[in-house]
Amino acid sequence: MFRFFVRRLIGAAVIMLIISAVTFFLFYAIPRDPARAFCGKICSPTNLELIRHNLGMDDPLFVQYWHWLTGIFTGRDLVQFGACAAPCLGYSFATQEPVFAAILDRFPVTVSVTLGAAVVILSFGIVTGMIAAWQQGKPLDKIASTSSVIGASLQIYFVGPLVVFFVVDSMGLLPRPSYIPFTEDPLGWFVHLLIPWFVLSIIFTANYTRMTRSVMVEQLAEDYVRTARAKGMSSRTVFLRFAWRGAMIPIVTIFGVDLATLLGGAIITEQTFTLHGIGELAVRAVQNTDLPMLLGVTLVGAFAIVILNIVVDMLYAVIDPRVRLG
Amino acid sequence: MTTVTWDREPATPRGPGTFLSVRDLSVEFSTEDGVVHAVDALSFDLQKGTTLGIVGESGSGKSVSNLAILGLHDPTQTKLGGEIWLEDQDLLRASRSTMEKLRGNRIAMIFQDPLTSLSPYHTVGRQISEVYRKHKGASRAEARARAVEMLERVGIPHARTRVDDYPHQFSGGMRQRVMIAMALVCDPDLIIADEPTTALDVTVQAQILDLLKDLQQQFGTSIILITHDLGVVANTAHNVLVMYAGRAVEQGTTHEVLREPRHPYTWGLLGSMPKLSSNVDLPLLPVRGTPPSLLSPPPGCPFHPRCDHRQLVGSDVCATERPELSPAEGHRDACYLTLAQKREIFDGKIKELL
Repeated sequence: MFRFFVRRLIGAAVIMLIISAVTFFLFYAIPRDPARAFCGKICSPTNLELIRHNLGMDDPLFVQYWHWLTGIFTGRDLVQFGACAAPCLGYSFATQEPVFAAILDRFPVTVSVTLGAAVVILSFGIVTGMIAAWQQGKPLDKIASTSSVIGASLQIYFVGPLVVFFVVDSMGLLPRPSYIPFTEDPLGWFVHLLIPWFVLSIIFTANYTRMTRSVMVEQLAEDYVRTARAKGMSSRTVFLRFAWRGAMIPIVTIFGVDLATLLGGAIITEQTFTLHGIGELAVRAVQNTDLPMLLGVTLVGAFAIVILNIVVDMLYAVIDPRVRLG
Repeated sequence: MTTVTWDREPATPRGPGTFLSVRDLSVEFSTEDGVVHAVDALSFDLQKGTTLGIVGESGSGKSVSNLAILGLHDPTQTKLGGEIWLEDQDLLRASRSTMEKLRGNRIAMIFQDPLTSLSPYHTVGRQISEVYRKHKGASRAEARARAVEMLERVGIPHARTRVDDYPHQFSGGMRQRVMIAMALVCDPDLIIADEPTTALDVTVQAQILDLLKDLQQQFGTSIILITHDLGVVANTAHNVLVMYAGRAVEQGTTHEVLREPRHPYTWGLLGSMPKLSSNVDLPLLPVRGTPPSLLSPPPGCPFHPRCDHRQLVGSDVCATERPELSPAEGHRDACYLTLAQKREIFDGKIKELL
């Protein structure tokens, strides 16, 4: 178990190093000079040079990357912005705010949107998929299968405004989506995020319905499920305790893969409902050629995915006793 | 849906002591390519405390007919006909809950591959004890004690600790013992063992068969042993049923069928068995041709396209009319050759090969 963690954490560090390096060097492939943006409309070459120096952009690329990297652990002193304590991800070129603080500030929003949507996806997708598998070939199965195809072909930015228009504007059933910190008002947090959760989960839920159905149908044909029936277990027990146990493994696997897509979906959702989360930071950073912010957001996203994947691997060991972490 | 056809009033010509009686059982699957006639007019009886060996090639309907006894066929695609009487109960027409109470309790099944047939997600103790809890209403602790007892009975060392292990932590032979322990936990009257030793190596195979025999002697259990291994049958079964293309082609005591086989297909089966004493250079004699498609079984005797002796029958009856099992009692077979011809062929050509 301990070895598993050490190995996986080293692996995670390596992955994040590679991702940050790729992002860093790709950034310089963009033919835009952030120093020029700082410099303003009337910009003398000496001024530009000075800003470059203050931003640390006159160093060779590798040195710049090295400064950025070490800054995370030791903090650094930036000529342009002043001292920056560890973990230092630099200051935004665009807004001048410290990147780490900005991300920390927005983090709860994105986590709320993503995790809430994950709960909706898994519970709805799995339940409807199980019903479809249980009712194989019967009307309920067909309804579930058809609606999942429709769901899978919808888009967040299309459904989002539509739902807001009907549910909020016309019927007034729910308040307009916004973020209220959970610690301040749990109920308000819940009610204000319901629409984003459902809209983000629509496409995924449909996929999980179809997948759950097919893996359940597969599991029901397994030898050990037949044995359970041969033992006289009721069809419900066979379905819920035996077949479902085996079906969880592929579902968890796919969910691990989907986490990254879900985070991407959270960005679109935040944009659609103007929630001030990390997604918004990311979009703005790209628009403003804001390297520190872009790197910070990328790193945090990668960190989240890598950690969640470790959690998924641990879940395997819980579900399947044949899997041993080590 | 399972459709059971009532083609006639349930007549039950059963002898005394008959415990299980299968009459005119037919099993048909509807597939994309058409209807598969997996089992056709199969009848047999099983006495208390005896073992019936059912032999035949893959796809001859051995397993399918026994899954039908337990009602484990896929009800959406299967059509069953005939009757299956367990004492005074027709299993084909029993309700789902009746069948659930029978399975694992009065009738238990042992499957071929204990690795895939045991749940990989539950400890063996739990898999054994849940049967006991379900059927006997035992408490968790009682059922666990029973599971340990069963594991000891089937010869698993350190049963007390191994009860908490998962199937993948056992060897193949031990796993099959677990399977047997699970089948026996409610003291069933009938055990259906579907190729119980096929996945095991020979030494373990002998242990498992001995174990089944011992248990039968102790508890008077009836056993249906499905296998394609005639050696296994010779060792354990009292009676033998030879199946071909979903039909019974020969039936009798083990001694009768293996020592004086009458049906050309049985000769083929016996002739294709490797023998330790035979010359290494002598080729094995497989049955000529391939098993028929059960989508459209050949008319007449299903074995006639592969039969080497049909010209002796004289007329074309083999290819047109289906032979019935005869005589009505005792050692019977479904073939148009006369008894004298069969004896002559067997003594003259077949015996020396065996």
